[in-house]
Amino acid sequence: MRKQLYWEDIEVNSEVTPLSKVATTRMLVKWAGASGDFNPLHYDEHFAAGQGVGHPIVHGALKRQWLVQLMTDWVGDLGMLKRFSCQYRAMDYPRPMKTQAQAEEGETWWCKGKVTRKYTEGDQHMVDCEIWIENGKGEVTTPGTATVILPSRG
Amino acid sequence: MLPEEVTRYIGKVLGVRVFEVEKGAIKKFADSVGDYNPLFWDDEYARDSRYGSIIAPPGFFGWPGRWLPDMTFPPNPESSPFKTVEEGPRTVLARHGFSRNLDGGMEYEFFLPVRAGDALTAETIVKDITTREGRTGNIAFVTSETTYYNQNGDLVAKATATQINR
Repeated sequence: MRKQLYWEDIEVNSEVTPLSKVATTRMLVKWAGASGDFNPLHYDEHFAAGQGVGHPIVHGALKRQWLVQLMTDWVGDLGMLKRFSCQYRAMDYPRPMKTQAQAEEGETWWCKGKVTRKYTEGDQHMVDCEIWIENGKGEVTTPGTATVILPSRG
Repeated sequence: MLPEEVTRYIGKVLGVRVFEVEKGAIKKFADSVGDYNPLFWDDEYARDSRYGSIIAPPGFFGWPGRWLPDMTFPPNPESSPFKTVEEGPRTVLARHGFSRNLDGGMEYEFFLPVRAGDALTAETIVKDITTREGRTGNIAFVTSETTYYNQNGDLVAKATATQINR
């Protein structure tokens, strides 16, 4: 089994282990296919310009799923994501590709979080977190919250 | 003020659909995110875990409105296996000048894990439609809630999505 986090290991203000992501045009194509979201806003320059966003933007739902991964990675196999929310507050733009496999230099996004509350509910050991995505300039484009159930050593 | 043609959707069931959670679809989904958690990938690892088999990442069933009548690429209504109303609030809003839309955000509550092979039933209702004045004119927010049940009739998840129309 992978490394497991326990409820006793964390306290209020503990950091959620950060997760880095690079959005590329290629990743957006893969996400469109896997999620079934074929809105041209995410791959068509002409359509995106007409919608007032300039260029094709990263799917909000892909950013959501990065934040879900931030939490499922952190809570491990014995933890469970119970509640989750996020808002797509600002646009993010993918890096173009340089080669078939490699993106051009550019922005790296960071998914981050910190513990805001630690408590029990019945026999369940719960933790609330504030979570967010920062763009390459360190601006928060996608804030959210998460509640997880962790195993206890007790 | 929104016209009655729009507000009449509040509280309405927009659609019900049933779909199978395929193992290949789970892996493609996780790969597109760059999420290589072995619980979503590795049969042997997942078998030895407390889940006993591959599970879907929370949020796999994702964008609740994907198959609803007025989403980006709806299935051909003639041949659609999904039971939906004829047109949804987004199409009607577009007729009233709200022709651009963006995904605003998502809220989830998870109750049970979803395993490869599960058959989920999803029902989407419109919770609310509101407007406010933005910098470049009126913005309409459509909030819809999708409830997912598995083949045993157990509640799996609730997803509340907000669409921004301007």
